[in-house]
Amino acid sequence: MPQGERELPRPTPETSHFWEGTRRGELRLQRCEACGTVYFPPRHFCPKCGSTYVSVFRASGRATLHSYVISHLPAPGFEPPYAIAVALLEEGPKMMCNILECAQTPEALVLDMPLDVCFEKINDEITLPQFRPARES
Amino acid sequence: MRPNSVAIVGASETTELGKVPTMSQVQLHADAALNAIADAGLELGDIDGIATGGHNPVEIAHYLGIVPEWLDGTSVGGCSFMLLVRHAAAAINEGLCTTVLITHGESGRSGLGRHGSSIFPSLFQQQFERPYGVTRPPTMFTIPVLRYMKQYGLTEETLAMVAVVQREWAGLNPRASFRDSITVDDVLGSRMICYPFRLLMCCLVTDGGGALVLTRSERARDMRRPPVYVRGTGESGETPLISQMDDFTSSAAFRVAGARAFASAGISHGDVDHLMIYDAFAHLPIYGLEDLGFVDRGEAGPFIAEGHTRPGGSLPLNTNGGGLSYMHSGMYGMYALQEGVRQMRGEAPAQVEDAEISVVHGVGGMFGASGTVVLTNVA
Ligand SMILES: [Zn+2]
Repeated sequence: MPQGERELPRPTPETSHFWEGTRRGELRLQRCEACGTVYFPPRHFCPKCGSTYVSVFRASGRATLHSYVISHLPAPGFEPPYAIAVALLEEGPKMMCNILECAQTPEALVLDMPLDVCFEKINDEITLPQFRPARES
Repeated sequence: MRPNSVAIVGASETTELGKVPTMSQVQLHADAALNAIADAGLELGDIDGIATGGHNPVEIAHYLGIVPEWLDGTSVGGCSFMLLVRHAAAAINEGLCTTVLITHGESGRSGLGRHGSSIFPSLFQQQFERPYGVTRPPTMFTIPVLRYMKQYGLTEETLAMVAVVQREWAGLNPRASFRDSITVDDVLGSRMICYPFRLLMCCLVTDGGGALVLTRSERARDMRRPPVYVRGTGESGETPLISQMDDFTSSAAFRVAGARAFASAGISHGDVDHLMIYDAFAHLPIYGLEDLGFVDRGEAGPFIAEGHTRPGGSLPLNTNGGGLSYMHSGMYGMYALQEGVRQMRGEAPAQVEDAEISVVHGVGGMFGASGTVVLTNVA
């Protein structure tokens, strides 16, 4: 495995609300109040209509497994093989993630399986949003 | 653009491809450039426009001893050269310059004189993708494919057939890096890189370069080589983040670039004799065939597996062996263009008989950008 730790996000003014949310255990998205579009990644305006009349809200955290790969390549801070996945959020946007609390195998990772958001605290500043298989309800 | 108003009059790859420990990246640019200028029957002093991707065009100009009147450094990944052909044609038509040199050089394997990324880093990728362990292209470009496989029933065996068929073409090309024939079992038995992608579904990593010389068609007719006309072009870009691709089964950038190229060339799919689709990984020809409109959604895998794109098939595709078997320095688009030019000149190692129209389609980044060029040998 290569030396070093995994690359961590460096928040910017447009994304600071998102990273503040994950620190508090909230997955935050933005909604355009002009046209209703829910979007991600964060920015100060709606990428659909250009309106700056946008608000931040707490997402449900429910998603499905949209697609993934299982990487066998070395990566700093990861133990191959590990899945790199894309979650399709209930609200519409897609988000890259790892799948925690789950075997990293094609048999365990089934497309469209329900996922729930969870939060992986890395340090005092950075908590990563992650996903895990939804628990039986 | 006006169809056939500009022509490629010089074209060459570097003298050597593969492992070139004797040349740094800038020298690979220059080696290809000098070859292409000689091919055109011109001299360095005739060049007044310089374009390159993934490298500072000012360094290329200075290294070649040229003070140009026009520069373009569009760097959107491996299809940058398709976009540069389009931009060069516009510049020549506008009278900004008369004779454009487009160069590519990449010490992809040896890493000699290579500085940084050939594409601008993305702010969003740093925050929203890299923390999840994406590293090199195999960990990103492949991510949409399981979605495609589920939606259309594409199997790993059919995906493997893309590599098998391209190896058939490479077997006809003495300059190809890998020429021995392979089977589906060979592909599916090769080392797992990034599930569901195995080693033989991923491109090579090599050193090399290529260059093109373009000028007005009226002038081209009196030059050393038969002109290869730029009949139509298109370009587009969607996103630098693979996770934010709108539809994991189709590239918006492919659809826009392809449709624009076909419309500007005034051709339909039945007119195409020869096709190149940038194949950094085995799924790209599948997405390309569908997004360019050659086949319907979900049909490209079976179309390839049934043999339509292999030697002797109805739609010869990636006739040099492609990035999977010919060579892939990192920004493969230049080599796809070179093969399009060879086919239009009638001098390709695996020549398609009587070919008059070649479509060369490129991808940049991970489905991030796209460029399409329609070439013809008919004025
Ligand atoms: Zn809006």
